Amino acid sequence: MSPKRDFKVVGHSVPKVDGMALARGGALFCADLLPDGCLYARVLRSPHAHARIKSIDASEAEKMPGVHAVIHHGNLPRVMRTTAGQGAPEPSPYDFTTFDVKVRFVGDRVAAVAAESPELAEAAIAAIRVEYEQLEALFDPRRAKQPGVPVIHDEPDCKVVIPIPYEPGRNLASHVDMQVGDMEQAWGEADVVVDREYVTQYAQHTPIEPHVCLAEPLADGRLRITTSTQVTFHVRRIVAQALEWPVSRLHVVKPRIGGGFGAKQEVLIEDVAAFLALRSGRPVFFELDRSEEFLSRTRHPMIIRLKTGMKSDGSLTGVDMDVLSNTGAYGTHGLTVSCNCGSKVLPLYRWPRIKFQAESVYTNLPVGGAYRGYGATQAYFAMEVQMDEMACTIGMDPLDFRLKNHIRKGETSPVFKALGEGSEGVEQSIGSTGLAQCIKKGARAIGWKRKRGKPGKGPIKRGLGMCTLMQGSSIPEVDMGAASIKMNEDGSFNLLVGATDLGTGSDTVLGQVAAEVLGVGMDKIVVRSSDTDVTPFDVGAYASSTTYLSGEAVRKAALDVARQIKKVAADMLGVSHRDCELEGGAVVAGAGKSVSLAEIAMRSLYEKDQHQIAAHASHITHKSPPPFSAHFAEVEVDCETGLVKVRKYVAAVDCGTAINPRLAEGQTEGGVLNGISYALCEEYLFDEKGRMRNDSFRDYKIFSTRDLPELVTILVPTYEPTGPYGAKSVSEICINGPMPAISNAIFDAVGVRLRTAPFTPERVLAALDAKGAE
Amino acid sequence: MEIHVKVNDKPVTWNVSPGEKLLDVLRRDGYLSVKFGCGEGDCGACTVLVDGRAMRACLLLAGQVEGRAITTVEALGTPDAPHPLQTAFVECGAVQCGYCTPGMLLAAYALLRENPKPSEEDVREALDGNLCRCTGYKKIIEAVLLAAERMGRS
Ligand code: FES
Ligand code: FES
Repeated sequence: MSPKRDFKVVGHSVPKVDGMALARGGALFCADLLPDGCLYARVLRSPHAHARIKSIDASEAEKMPGVHAVIHHGNLPRVMRTTAGQGAPEPSPYDFTTFDVKVRFVGDRVAAVAAESPELAEAAIAAIRVEYEQLEALFDPRRAKQPGVPVIHDEPDCKVVIPIPYEPGRNLASHVDMQVGDMEQAWGEADVVVDREYVTQYAQHTPIEPHVCLAEPLADGRLRITTSTQVTFHVRRIVAQALEWPVSRLHVVKPRIGGGFGAKQEVLIEDVAAFLALRSGRPVFFELDRSEEFLSRTRHPMIIRLKTGMKSDGSLTGVDMDVLSNTGAYGTHGLTVSCNCGSKVLPLYRWPRIKFQAESVYTNLPVGGAYRGYGATQAYFAMEVQMDEMACTIGMDPLDFRLKNHIRKGETSPVFKALGEGSEGVEQSIGSTGLAQCIKKGARAIGWKRKRGKPGKGPIKRGLGMCTLMQGSSIPEVDMGAASIKMNEDGSFNLLVGATDLGTGSDTVLGQVAAEVLGVGMDKIVVRSSDTDVTPFDVGAYASSTTYLSGEAVRKAALDVARQIKKVAADMLGVSHRDCELEGGAVVAGAGKSVSLAEIAMRSLYEKDQHQIAAHASHITHKSPPPFSAHFAEVEVDCETGLVKVRKYVAAVDCGTAINPRLAEGQTEGGVLNGISYALCEEYLFDEKGRMRNDSFRDYKIFSTRDLPELVTILVPTYEPTGPYGAKSVSEICINGPMPAISNAIFDAVGVRLRTAPFTPERVLAALDAKGAE
Repeated sequence: MEIHVKVNDKPVTWNVSPGEKLLDVLRRDGYLSVKFGCGEGDCGACTVLVDGRAMRACLLLAGQVEGRAITTVEALGTPDAPHPLQTAFVECGAVQCGYCTPGMLLAAYALLRENPKPSEEDVREALDGNLCRCTGYKKIIEAVLLAAERMGRS
């Protein structure tokens, strides 16, 4: 594809196709769609971090009027599987069944009920008697593999379904490693070796709409599940697996989604609603409350040891990254998140020698999962703080240090091939990068040269920090997206995509791609996404895939439709189809000859050689082209209180062609603010029994308008030859920057390195005290 | 017990039990733009106007609004003539998933009624209790300022 730049629809900030309906408060979300006679589900949750269920007596609950179903391990089939909404076969262990005889963290499921009202469901839950045999709990991931500690998955039937290391007997949920080159040589050649440990915390996505779904038995014996999910087709497959049903009996629909950020790349609640609906024969609505949402899925906390070497001129000699990831009670996404620590981070710089090892271990704490950034977030904290330290050690500007060492267009990294999704990865070279531009433009916008290294006098110090980042765009040779397009009488088109818009705007972006090819405005594209009875397949919204992967499927389908249109038009105009162009809602063939799309559609549907102009296309990728970004933070550190305030934050992003620049900015701003909030205040606190102490927005603070710094987004256009109209991804990369950029800015302000997150006033004060004591 | 209120200028009578929250009663009665986000007064997704003031429907008991006038987003503009705030939200990219949007719109609406020419600080202040995880708030603040400017002109 040639980098044609004079696009009509692509590259323009058209309003979101669902924007006005949402702004009018339309009944578009799952909880707005409850049918008459709907029952309400509640789940009984474990009060213990680790216990065996000796007995469950649900007889009283079952007898309560208005209670229509009670389910628990004693009356459901045991089907081991994973909740990870990944492609089949999943690279996550099968260590989960709807209800188990054991509970593995405070909040784990024990039983569920469906009743006429939420209050009644609550009362029924309270009437279930459970006898537990409490077991010793394991909370410290560093101890997880030691002999003699409690084994969390001692059930004989937990397993992995692809050949990957899995040792539940040692609480080891996953292991991956790679090495290229001789590390002794790496350290031997180095003038400077830095070896540090970084610690990140438990955090949650906190979509404002919690996990929510509705299961409805249909008259024909099928079951319809309407669910707030990022992975509609994986929900169908995995719920079918749980029910031991063929997928054909399930119809899964995604309505509008109130945010997901990875939390909803998990098939977490649909099985419960489905079983209850089948038991009761009634529609069942299941919505998590806020405290349950905190116990749904989290960002894996990690301990990362990073050793790096360089010569005194700033050229790199080698890197050794060792990741210990706490996957909590279940291993969902454990392997792949920890793989991403290497695969999305190590290729950014030209390391001549690389060693990488990552393990995820079970503990009796809440469960890790997919979370925007997906491991890269944690590892970029380590990498970018360390790069800053390395640059400072040799007195080099951290910005020049990055410019010197970052991967260039046409270059490759052995990491791409070595690390995949539980198997080998795919070799690729960089087809586009605007990183150098991002660094330069971002530096100008923050005033890097002018303001850095000037903390000022008085108790409030100012500092500047920066970092650079890359991510990927889809999982190469794994992910598949598909699209269908058909033409209607008025020259409009139905675009059916499996891709899942979870608020990101992918319906709009994909519509723009179709409109561009078909030479029409957005008003002629009717988008329907993610309905397993209606749309073709798509893996769903994860791994920064939708624009790049599904967008190319849309482009291919649209090109096929365009070809069919031209054929009819050529016949109507008496010209060769080669002379036909689609533009402005018509086919134009040279001087004065044109026919409208509506006329073409009428002819093809009713008049001559009748046929449906339609096409579908699938797409898989052989690359995962990285978007690149440079982030800059300006902070104030109050040396008396330890409070860190971000004054200004600049994110310069190369996402290839931004199909919709305003939406790309919105992705960046949302990711950045989430990242700042994660860096400064978000953190789970537990009591000594493993219970989360701050499971509400009052106690788990996320940033609001008052905390918002000045945010500047700079889109740096490049053209990715393998993406639709040159596009790459944008959704995940920007959440990775704030933690390292802010840590580096704190160093610039007060000379201390924060390597444990979040940077709360207490931690900052402790670091300042430690420095003062030196 | 029976409650008499006005919702979006229409007199309605509700039969509610004493402990019922305004949020649940409104949703049951079809005002589905009022969203559940936390049920604890911390997120603002359930914001409604009670006699013109932005309040949390999840913190109010239905019994507490006897005789009051309640406004939800359903009353803000029509399909053909959306409210300037709604237009500005869509244009500025202030709507991502849209789940926080009704609450944001009403908080902004209440602000503009009191203060038709708010500063950026005023907007931040007024929206502070409304959480949004998608947008980073920047475009929401821009949208409110744009709507204020347009409303001031017309
Ligand atoms: S639902 Fe009322 S404030 Fe969150
Ligand atoms: S737009 Fe999604 S929470 Fe605000």
